[in-house]
Amino acid sequence: MALPEAVAALVRDGDTVALEGFTHLIPVAAGHEIIRQGRRDLTLVRMTPDLVYDQLIGAGCARKLVFSWGGNPGVGSLHRFRDAVERQWPLPLELEEHSHAGMANRYVAGASGLPFAVLRGYHGTDLSSHTVVRPIECPFTGEVLTAVPALNPDVTVIHAQRADRRGNVQLWGITGVQKEAVLAARRSLVTVEEVVDTLDPRPGAVVLPSWVVTAVAAVPGGARPSYAQGYYDRDNDAYRAWDAVSRDRAAFTAWLEAL
Amino acid sequence: MTGPVTGPVTGPVTGPVTSSPVSPDEMMTVAAARALRGRTACFVGIGLPSVAANLARRTGSPDLVLVYESGTIGARPTRPPLSIGDGELAETADAVVSVPEMFNYWLQPGRIDVGFLGAAQIDEHANINTTVIGPYDTPSVRLPGAGGAPEIAASCREVYVVLRQTSRTFVPRVAFRTSVGYGDGPGSRAALGLPGRGPVLVITDLGILAPDPATCALRLTHLHPGVTVEQARAATGWDLAVAPDLADTPPPSAVELAALRALTARGPAGPHEGNT
Repeated sequence: MALPEAVAALVRDGDTVALEGFTHLIPVAAGHEIIRQGRRDLTLVRMTPDLVYDQLIGAGCARKLVFSWGGNPGVGSLHRFRDAVERQWPLPLELEEHSHAGMANRYVAGASGLPFAVLRGYHGTDLSSHTVVRPIECPFTGEVLTAVPALNPDVTVIHAQRADRRGNVQLWGITGVQKEAVLAARRSLVTVEEVVDTLDPRPGAVVLPSWVVTAVAAVPGGARPSYAQGYYDRDNDAYRAWDAVSRDRAAFTAWLEAL
Repeated sequence: MTGPVTGPVTGPVTGPVTSSPVSPDEMMTVAAARALRGRTACFVGIGLPSVAANLARRTGSPDLVLVYESGTIGARPTRPPLSIGDGELAETADAVVSVPEMFNYWLQPGRIDVGFLGAAQIDEHANINTTVIGPYDTPSVRLPGAGGAPEIAASCREVYVVLRQTSRTFVPRVAFRTSVGYGDGPGSRAALGLPGRGPVLVITDLGILAPDPATCALRLTHLHPGVTVEQARAATGWDLAVAPDLADTPPPSAVELAALRALTARGPAGPHEGNT
């Protein structure tokens, strides 16, 4: 399926959308297609919103962000994200934030078909009173733990190295939380570097069988400026260069018009 | 493991002291790297902690296992990564695990000796803020948020914090408690059920702070070369106490400084996590 067609079919206004990728394999091209198609009122979900979420927020696609760390790694702030939170530009942005452990376990619960997951976390932090978590007593030991609600996106979008012609997907290197995010979602879209005849085994690879993936689109370079191990490296200069664009509404607007 | 334990503050300095001028940031990084001696595994935040942990592997702690929250265990990068998920971390790691596995199997049970964190703000009881400056709903500065820090601070056996010391970053009480140090003081960690000891060292560009065993309040235990107690107190937003056995940090050796400069010359040393 071509990317524009896949985004049009799977991502709808008002959806809860997770574009996952933990530094590696970020589905940037798919995010840009969501911007081009003018999606609105999205609840965007991601552990580590970075440049592509800054762009989606600046473009006015998002109503709410569910996340655990929003920054330009090693560079600094996401200024479109900050402008939305601090000055409601272009729109107010509702926040629901967690710790990484909390978000990861929310996806695990979602993938497991359970209503919540349990972890030892959040105790004593101010996060507890600003987000959706509840204390829960262990029925065996009495220890008070934290319950986090399952996360089940309407659609999860990820990028992977390869798929075969039947639509089985293979990704390797840092695979983050993508498996859980796809299995937790009602629909899923995977963009890939290439479609091959046979997926020969790779050490540490995650394979998502075709019957749990709604659509696959071949988008070579679709993770740039993040990276696809075995295909291309992270473009650290592009992450640094984004800072100046992101800081300035006019520069961002010019970037958006050129997209 | 209920009260603070003062950590091993400085390892031995190998070789002659450098004659080259040393910047405050370089002294901070060298002091942080020394503190990792004798440790097995370190959960590394990006930026200053990452540079220090990589320096430790090149100086006194060649076998130190670097654990990054992206899922890489035992990474041996040749240059400091810009992000916690740079490709070189995965390519050089002993193991690459998923993010849920990292937090649930590796961090949560207390397998990691040292959690190494940066911060935007820290308070007298070593609580950390990386979330907001100002009211939560109408912040003056929206910071990146929690990331892995709350559970790193809770579950690592010990925590080291590294950040530059100013009266803006060292505040009496953090605006938002993202990660718990000693909470409201003695007994807080035990009452909250936090398994690790908490922040045993705070390493800055001026010196080193550690919790007073009686009060859990951070106090000055070491001054870096050329820094005075008055300077450290002026750069602290609370009435900073000084440990009775206040010591001087040994200056970097020529070997340490050369290793640090070779490391930073090779790659990015971005601002630390939580910085803006």
